[in-house]
Amino acid sequence: MIAIVDYGVGNVASVANACKQLGYETILTDKKEEFEQATHIILPGVGSFRAAMEEIEQRNLRGLLLELAAQKPFIGICVGMQLLFEKGFEHGETEGLGLIPGTVDKIETTHLLPHIGWNSLEVSSSFPTYTEHDGKHVYFVHSYQANTPEEYIIASTEYGTQIPAIVQKGTICGIQFHPEKSEKVGQLLLQSVFESSQQAFSKEESI
Amino acid sequence: MIAKRIIPCLDVKDGTVVKGTNFVSLRELGDPVAMAAAYSKSGADEIVFLDISATHEGRATMMDIVRQTALHVFVPFTVGGGVRSLDDMTTMLQAGADKVAINSAAVAEPELITKGAEKFGSQCIVVAIDAKRFDDGWHVVTHGGRKDTGIDAIEWAKEAEARGAGEILLTSMDADGVKTGYDLSLTKAIVEEVRIPVIASGGCGSPEHITEVFQKTNVSAALAASIFHDKTFSIEEVKQSCHQEGVRIREA
Repeated sequence: MIAIVDYGVGNVASVANACKQLGYETILTDKKEEFEQATHIILPGVGSFRAAMEEIEQRNLRGLLLELAAQKPFIGICVGMQLLFEKGFEHGETEGLGLIPGTVDKIETTHLLPHIGWNSLEVSSSFPTYTEHDGKHVYFVHSYQANTPEEYIIASTEYGTQIPAIVQKGTICGIQFHPEKSEKVGQLLLQSVFESSQQAFSKEESI
Repeated sequence: MIAKRIIPCLDVKDGTVVKGTNFVSLRELGDPVAMAAAYSKSGADEIVFLDISATHEGRATMMDIVRQTALHVFVPFTVGGGVRSLDDMTTMLQAGADKVAINSAAVAEPELITKGAEKFGSQCIVVAIDAKRFDDGWHVVTHGGRKDTGIDAIEWAKEAEARGAGEILLTSMDADGVKTGYDLSLTKAIVEEVRIPVIASGGCGSPEHITEVFQKTNVSAALAASIFHDKTFSIEEVKQSCHQEGVRIREA
């Protein structure tokens, strides 16, 4: 079962349904007992970095999320992915969860913003399990991007600048685009992310 | 590189798609959700629902359609037509729509764009502009083109952007329904004046019209209704034609 973090950030029906299509049960929750039953945690997110982080702080979820991130594969999607980093600069400087080194800054490009639409993935050669997704189009909607060391970037996309699209640090994964809105390709990618975070987790456990 | 988007538009009245009477196979499936799902599977990059119900019940049905679409369609979708207030936006976005399109309500109350963008983020707010050519340029028109607001369409597009619109859905009322191609001069005029994505609409009668609007303007997306509903052309055919002409599209 996959637990989706409930912190009042709008509709997560599509995320839940994409998981269901892959054969996973989901639960939307903010309760520790329920998270403990889950194999993976998904941190969704829409709106701004600051607004999303404020919801987390107000609900006293920061501590619990950090605890969970140390215990299970932990996947952030869209703004949820951005929250994994140390700081965000949307509507002022805000502290993130700090699970992956880096900051979230306004996209610097000569192209139109927001970055809306289907853009193609460039998969890093250091992540061979993702090779099948190279060149595939996925749906992005955002104006801010992660700036993080290359070693954490599984795939990026070109938009007048390189934008990290999938990031991973051990069992922590982040997806900047919307896999739940990226048709079949999105579901297959979600599956890859579930697997690679799980593998990283099993590896850590065996050490 | 980002792909140009191809967007079928479904006009929904009281729970039924009203254009596209020749789209027999899907009409028999019965509903907008099935049509949206079929389009999404065949490569549509997004879906737009335009609610043209005039009744309260009709709008309530739309909410249900949105909820079902969120469960069965795995591409982004926009709802427009009946969105007149911040409450309407909340209802549709909570039901699962990715974006809302506001048209005459925004003309009547431009502050609605600002409030919507502040509350939900610019990426959720599409400002739909119906424009018509007059002697002194293009005016924003409402009521299906019958009412001239006197507002300059280019200035209105710029104001929509400044107020936080994430995209502009631009319909040429001169080209709409004529099927002789998009209004290239209007599209170009707007695209060159704003720094947010513009979706061209009105006038599409063949795949060539779609490749043409992408080649001759910097528009981000093209919307069409009848060519898809009438089964004159499929999404695949349109994408193939774009691909052959060197327009970057997403291969489904």
